[in-house]
Amino acid sequence: MSRQSLSKAHQKITELSWEPTFATPAERYATDYRFDKSPKKDPLKQVLRSYFPMEEEKDNRVYGAMDGAIRGNMFRQVQQRWMEWQKLFLSIIPFPEISAARAMPMSIGAVPNPQIHNGLAVQMIDEVRHSTIQMNLKRLYMNHYIDPAGFDISEKAFSNCYAGTIGRQFGEGFITGDAITAANVYLTVVAETAFTNTLFVAMPSEAAANGDYLLPTVFHSVQSDESRHISNGYSILLMALADEQNRQLLERDLRYAWWNNHCVVDAAIGTFIEYGTKDRRKDRESYAEMWRRWIYDDYYRSYLIPLEKYGLVIPHDLVEKAWDRIWNQGYVHKVAQFFATGWPVNYWRIDGMTDDDFEWFESKYPGWYNQYGKWWEAYNRLSKPNGHKPIAFEDVGYQYPHRCWTCMVPCLIREDIVCDEVDGQWRTYCSETCHWTDKTAFRPEYEGRPTPSMGRLTGKREWETLYHNWDLADIITDLGYVRDDGKTLIPQPHLDLDDPKKLWTLDDVRGLPFPSPNITLNEMSDAERERFIAEYKVHPNRTP
Amino acid sequence: MSTPPTKSGTRDFPKPEFTDAEAGALEFPSSTSRSYNYFTPARMRASMYEDVTVDVQPDPERHLLQGWIYAFADGQAGYPKDWTELKSSDWHTFLDPNGEWEQTIYRNNASAVRQVQNNLANAKAANAYGAWAAGWQEFVARHVGAWMHAEHGLGMHLFIAIQRSAPTNMINNAMSVNAAHKLRFAQDLALYNLDLTENIEGFDGAVHREVWQDDEIWQPVRENVERLTAIVDWAEALFATNVIFESLVGELFRSELVMQIAARNGDYTTPTIMGVGENDYARDSGYTRALFTMLVTDETHGAHNIETLDAWTERWLPVSLAAARHLQPLWSQPAERVIRFEDSLDRAKDRLRGVLADLRLSEPKELSQ
Repeated sequence: MSRQSLSKAHQKITELSWEPTFATPAERYATDYRFDKSPKKDPLKQVLRSYFPMEEEKDNRVYGAMDGAIRGNMFRQVQQRWMEWQKLFLSIIPFPEISAARAMPMSIGAVPNPQIHNGLAVQMIDEVRHSTIQMNLKRLYMNHYIDPAGFDISEKAFSNCYAGTIGRQFGEGFITGDAITAANVYLTVVAETAFTNTLFVAMPSEAAANGDYLLPTVFHSVQSDESRHISNGYSILLMALADEQNRQLLERDLRYAWWNNHCVVDAAIGTFIEYGTKDRRKDRESYAEMWRRWIYDDYYRSYLIPLEKYGLVIPHDLVEKAWDRIWNQGYVHKVAQFFATGWPVNYWRIDGMTDDDFEWFESKYPGWYNQYGKWWEAYNRLSKPNGHKPIAFEDVGYQYPHRCWTCMVPCLIREDIVCDEVDGQWRTYCSETCHWTDKTAFRPEYEGRPTPSMGRLTGKREWETLYHNWDLADIITDLGYVRDDGKTLIPQPHLDLDDPKKLWTLDDVRGLPFPSPNITLNEMSDAERERFIAEYKVHPNRTP
Repeated sequence: MSTPPTKSGTRDFPKPEFTDAEAGALEFPSSTSRSYNYFTPARMRASMYEDVTVDVQPDPERHLLQGWIYAFADGQAGYPKDWTELKSSDWHTFLDPNGEWEQTIYRNNASAVRQVQNNLANAKAANAYGAWAAGWQEFVARHVGAWMHAEHGLGMHLFIAIQRSAPTNMINNAMSVNAAHKLRFAQDLALYNLDLTENIEGFDGAVHREVWQDDEIWQPVRENVERLTAIVDWAEALFATNVIFESLVGELFRSELVMQIAARNGDYTTPTIMGVGENDYARDSGYTRALFTMLVTDETHGAHNIETLDAWTERWLPVSLAAARHLQPLWSQPAERVIRFEDSLDRAKDRLRGVLADLRLSEPKELSQ
């Protein structure tokens, strides 16, 4: 379709909506935002007549590549270290995608502007595409990769693993609570505009470096839809800015959404890219370097800061703090170390780090070996069952961390932990901002202003609570993370599959009670708790 | 603040490495476990549709251990089952008979788009619009034009809305695809209208808005559509639309009127476009019937569901029947009148009777009048 005819076609389809007089659409999802003064503008100009054939063509390319990968024996070249992390990533990501589809009526209902509804409707269809195309990619991995265990229980494991729950925020956050907070600020303005860059661009390039060119094929196809979604989010943001009363809510939501996305996405994708790769060329960008380019320069400086001209206060402090956590405080390294510590309750295998990895990390993050090197050496030493316990239960100078009540990533930057009694329970938070999110932002009143539509944090937020002092073998059995011989664990702290004796079984992890840090914290006296938190903050967590 | 190291500027690239990480390279526990094992497929082997759809939307009653971690202000979270009055012993039993997933959605809709575009190109090349009977042009401009709004309104404000609401991914995805059908078909009609405006001298390409908004013939239809979008219960909205409204109004207008009389008025183009919409509806009707069949045959909740659906029929049938009856003057407007309104309505009623009987629902007295 020519540009002229596309323009005419788009103009024509704007005639489809009308002002109802008998009844108005049901109001299912409340918002505290107001759009009465909003200008009317359609950012997308997408006509379904051209959309469907265009996406079909994109699909054909994806499926052609999939056929080619199988015919070309791609799996003879993929790195197991990389593929194992895909068991986690691809169990999580289809849910946020489908949640984004489900979020569209929340935006449509909240923004009384037919001009923008068309773009949101197209986004809904896109998101169904993304969810199912990603599930299919995982299915292909399950069928053709050497170790299908973990792929085969994917959506169940996503639902019952602590790591899946952390990832689930990046999905539930889209569909619950204040309609604009969820479906626009959290989903589109922050998650899609900022963090899909690392998810769908940076990560695929790392996949390719590890012999997997299907992940880039699928995710670049997905990412090519995202630019349209970003336009939707920006339009609604500008419409919200037309009403001064929305400013306070926007500033609250930008702080929450930015920080939560950072906590969750940087934890996961940072780990996949830094610890899931075998590509240790010194010229390869580190996650920190990618973040600096994709998030700091492209998003923060080019997208967020220009919003200041509309009088919006941008969370500069939180952007800098996120960068500081990644660059100076070892956020990604600490998360990867935590994942590896907890390997028995994962559903993927985690490869240990080698001398080549040590050298690369030290060159990219000077001081890395001093903090983490000996721990990874201990991890390797304890990786094969030989009468010892899993590393989390051996004394290697690593204290199992407390969970952040808000983002559910553990409080790994120990000096930043916040402990407070909220809603009658002692809770720990990884940062001041996560504390603020629970105690101040997700409440029916904000800075003296009623916010009756704002969501709530709910659910059984500390995973360990559910298995407080259970035997580790019983926990793994209950989770279903056992292979088809009924005893060998799906998770392993190494990649060797050649000898069954190297594989951990339920017998190797029996007799190890797994206490909940939060229950333990709530059982302490005030003095004990104060002392415990003070010690927690200064504990070096370094293997001697 | 310190900054990360910079690149050296030399060209460098990853080295491929043979890892032998393909299926079958080694035998070990679970080395042959190559199917999703967390759900029971309908047949021996899971379909592609099941594999990419089932359990993507988690459920605390299945595997979701920590429950939903965000809630609305009133404490409801995730996909509450009480967002409809209907009940199910296991909502996850429902599988879309169309098996819609990514590839089917784009193949089918792209195919529909191509069919419409080819027909329009052929009609234009053959100067087919020149053979239209007197008055037919106005009929298409006013009434075929008005129908685009019904499709759009239901797609945008009913089906997109309710695909956020149901307890399983299988139901919500089916309703998402239904939304896509409605929106695409509405645009098909709008762009057809634009094509006619550009190719027929004197064709009024703007009148459809006025007709939909103000013409007395169409006001009960518009009222019906607007009231459907106002339903909060997602299953009621689905039932009142795809079972009641579509049978009595949608099919009546598309199949029983336009597709029957267009050819007699020299128009072979409009029926082909309407036919694409009817094909969409056939698919959408298929999943709708499968869902409600599951609910009325539920061993525990079947009686409750039948009672609820009967009440919804009582509520919505008069609305749609009134909308249908107000369309009656359309049957006498074209120059070539080949069918009677009552015959068309009887056929629509017969179809609805058949659907209600299949669903074990009572037949309201209005259907016999």
